[in-house]
Amino acid sequence: MEIKILGTGCPKCKTLEKLTREVVEQNGIDATVTKVEDIYQIMKYGVMTTPALVVNEKVEIKGRIPSANEIKQVLTKTI
Amino acid sequence: MEKRNKIKLLASIAILLPALLVLYYFLQPLVDYLTYGLIGLHTETHLGASVNFFIYDTIKILILLFLISSLMGLVNAYFPVDRLRIYLTTKKLYGFQYFFAALFGAITPFCSCSSIPLFIGFVKGGIPLGVTFAFLITSPLVNEVAVAMFLGLFGIKATLVYAISGIFMGTIGGFILGKFKLDRHLSDWVKEIQANSEQESEQWETDQTPFIDRLPIIIREGWGIVKSVLLYVIIGIAIGAAMHGYVPENFFTAYLSADKWYAVPLAVILAVPMYANAAGIVPVIQVFVAKGVPLGTALAFMMAVVGLSLPEATLLKKVMKWKLIGIFFGTITVFIILLGYLFNRII
Repeated sequence: MEIKILGTGCPKCKTLEKLTREVVEQNGIDATVTKVEDIYQIMKYGVMTTPALVVNEKVEIKGRIPSANEIKQVLTKTI
Repeated sequence: MEKRNKIKLLASIAILLPALLVLYYFLQPLVDYLTYGLIGLHTETHLGASVNFFIYDTIKILILLFLISSLMGLVNAYFPVDRLRIYLTTKKLYGFQYFFAALFGAITPFCSCSSIPLFIGFVKGGIPLGVTFAFLITSPLVNEVAVAMFLGLFGIKATLVYAISGIFMGTIGGFILGKFKLDRHLSDWVKEIQANSEQESEQWETDQTPFIDRLPIIIREGWGIVKSVLLYVIIGIAIGAAMHGYVPENFFTAYLSADKWYAVPLAVILAVPMYANAAGIVPVIQVFVAKGVPLGTALAFMMAVVGLSLPEATLLKKVMKWKLIGIFFGTITVFIILLGYLFNRII
């Protein structure tokens, strides 16, 4: 699974990245987590509010920091 | 969501909400009892008054902030900015688009890191620059933190004046900026996006998530906002409380009273290099007003602090050329100064 965190580098985006990595690790999910900070790239996903969580090129959550539980649900849904 | 969790959630809200309201209502006697009764400070001393003021205001503002953030979160859950974009591009609004954009700038939770994606998103959707500016002017100016702080420290009248003039400023400012051909001052890559913009024909797909499932997310967000500014609120109010006790009455009147013509521009200029958020600055402004600075001057100062920040300008550099940033900030500055004069006359 390919996970991307979209965000221009604000504290909220860093929190989401950290949280996602934790969820991936704790649940032994086979995934790569990359942070996308480039605004050109971010705009390709049509996201207007950051941070955003993208799983396999699909925007799942945007504009807020979800709870660890919610991230887990999103990720396990996609497997 | 499971049924058991739902019941648990509803039960906790049914307890939490009335509890907060009761606490809010009986806050002053409670804090009086705490500071003068339990801690044993004296009512007449500076220290006693300051401590009482500090505890009372901090709790009051945190309750307000939580309630307002949750309320704004609720509106945003049903009318997110994506929906506004579709609305602005597909409906004929006869000039009201500036107003709608400004209004939404006010109720969208502001995060400076979202301003660039928002800007590009609007441009990409084919929304005229003026309308985008209307949103961009109001967004930092009127936000949940500023509103909660104002409500807590100045009361409802000043809050309404602040919020309405912020939205008014966005509407008129966006309209005026839209009249000039400013698109050529955008960064080149933004111009390219603009040229390829497509008028979206997509319909807003209503998110069918039931209300009960959204509620925990909204409340979490509200609480998240409270947590993120908690420290600033405490520091701001602590400074305010300390000043209250020690700055003499009418201290500022001599320099910043309404009949000094330069007071408003001076306040605005002083505010520009200050990069403080609303949470830190409103308690200090409240002391200024209490000690003789007219409300219009204080409002102008406040608006300039949150609306004209240098970090924001550098962020915008990614999408605009310096000239446009200058025009944008220049327009806001002129508006803030005019509003300051106006309020000094009418309030």
